Amino acid sequence: MANESDPDAGSLEGMPGPVLFYNDVVLDHFLNPRNVGELSAMEADGYGLVGDPLCGDQMKLWIAVREGRIARIAFKSFGCPGAIATSSMLTALAEGKTITEARNITDDDVVAALGGIPEKKKHCSLLGVRALQAAIDDWERRRHASAEPR
Amino acid sequence: MIYLDHNATTPLHPRALAAMEPFLRECWGNPSSPYRFGSEARAAVELARARIAGAIGSEPAEILFCASGTEADNLAVRGVACALRSCGKHLVTSAIEHQAVWNTCRALEAEGHRVTYLPVSPDGVVDLEALEASLGAETVLVTIMHASNETGVVQPVEEIAAIARRRGILFHTDAVQTAGKLPVQLAALGADLVSFSGHKLYGPKGVAALYVRAGTPLVPVMTGGTQERGLRAGTENVAAIVGFAEAAAVAFAEAAAEGRRLAALRDRFEAEVVAAVAGVRISGARAPRVPNTSSLSFAGADGESIVLGLDLAGICVSTGSACSTGDAAPSHVLLAMGLSAHEAQGSIRVSLGRDTRQADIDATVRALAETVARLRHISSVRGETG
Repeated sequence: MANESDPDAGSLEGMPGPVLFYNDVVLDHFLNPRNVGELSAMEADGYGLVGDPLCGDQMKLWIAVREGRIARIAFKSFGCPGAIATSSMLTALAEGKTITEARNITDDDVVAALGGIPEKKKHCSLLGVRALQAAIDDWERRRHASAEPR
Repeated sequence: MIYLDHNATTPLHPRALAAMEPFLRECWGNPSSPYRFGSEARAAVELARARIAGAIGSEPAEILFCASGTEADNLAVRGVACALRSCGKHLVTSAIEHQAVWNTCRALEAEGHRVTYLPVSPDGVVDLEALEASLGAETVLVTIMHASNETGVVQPVEEIAAIARRRGILFHTDAVQTAGKLPVQLAALGADLVSFSGHKLYGPKGVAALYVRAGTPLVPVMTGGTQERGLRAGTENVAAIVGFAEAAAVAFAEAAAEGRRLAALRDRFEAEVVAAVAGVRISGARAPRVPNTSSLSFAGADGESIVLGLDLAGICVSTGSACSTGDAAPSHVLLAMGLSAHEAQGSIRVSLGRDTRQADIDATVRALAETVARLRHISSVRGETG
């Protein structure tokens, strides 16, 4: 029974151990992830594939760039709830952003947008950020390789 | 809520609760006290000891009470290793032990013991040839679990006990996952030490027992008073011990019939899952298993995500063992059985219990099929579609 006179009673915040609690925003992105899918070779201007060797999670991310902005973004993730929710939120944050803005999205931005995730799952948020960076790198490589500027 | 994680813990049996209540309300004396009020508590502890001994086929004096399965394992493994330090410093265990044994062995290694971790077959059974080959003049203890908490695979402990005995080596088995589930007398397995716990067989948490065959060398791992023949200091948890004995009496008496019921339910569950979901691997399916446990791997879906998906549907199952939940590392048990890291990562453990009915199984299969299909749709790793 939570006791209001004791500020620590009933709170599991900061508890050590394996207990994992996800807030409603995280659960929503886990159950209804945004931008799930793939872009075809015709549609995609950049592609990134990253894996987390620590936990085995993996993410594939595609972007379509129009006039310097991320016009479309799609992802597929294999991993824990933290990996799925942070991947989803990352794509929601990046959609419509300029390449420069997208480059500047950090793992902390993703966690903040989700309203926080369990400490053990914070490393998951790097997965999406790294996949987006890889896709942007790929887009830049293709742009430089291409004779015609887009 | 549908609770299918009975290998993690079980609800308290109403008879155990009823047996405990007088010792929480009126008879709260210290069993070691020199007056009649203490003697009543002492009598309850000794009656409980006799009942547990009766349930496993031992003498009452061969039962030690302690606070958890982990503590029983520590006392057995460390207690024998320390008692026989002058005889040898080699221990043999398996690659699939519970952390309670595994990490105790690791700690003993750091203190100068040598430990062999025996491999298991793809079905999760300890390799007996490797066991024979591992034993030497320095070996003082073999410790191999009776059944895996993750897969439910039952180890050939009678054969292991015979092998150890022929060589004059002591044998301990962690029977936490078989006590009250298999209709066997634990003291008749041939092991010198057997650990089992209250809360896995519908008793309370915070109590366990270690069977120690008469004459087995053992030293305490905790210093203190002379309770439990000087082997486990600390005031006895009287109510929990009484509840444990009541629950154990019920569980062992019903083990054969309940085991048949659960095995039929579990087998039907697995058949339904295989029919509803492609790309499923059931670990240890061809080996003898405790009747309530199923370890399933789903290609292209992550175990933690499956567990959360089912949790949100009101169904409690586990990834591997509860102790490793939240760890990044995939199950050492499944890896030892030859599963790939991705397969191990896609694993869940479903463990049925006395309240589980067919309707629970059917609802779980439906939720599982839906969750796995959803996760595979999101997944970047190729699973099976359908």
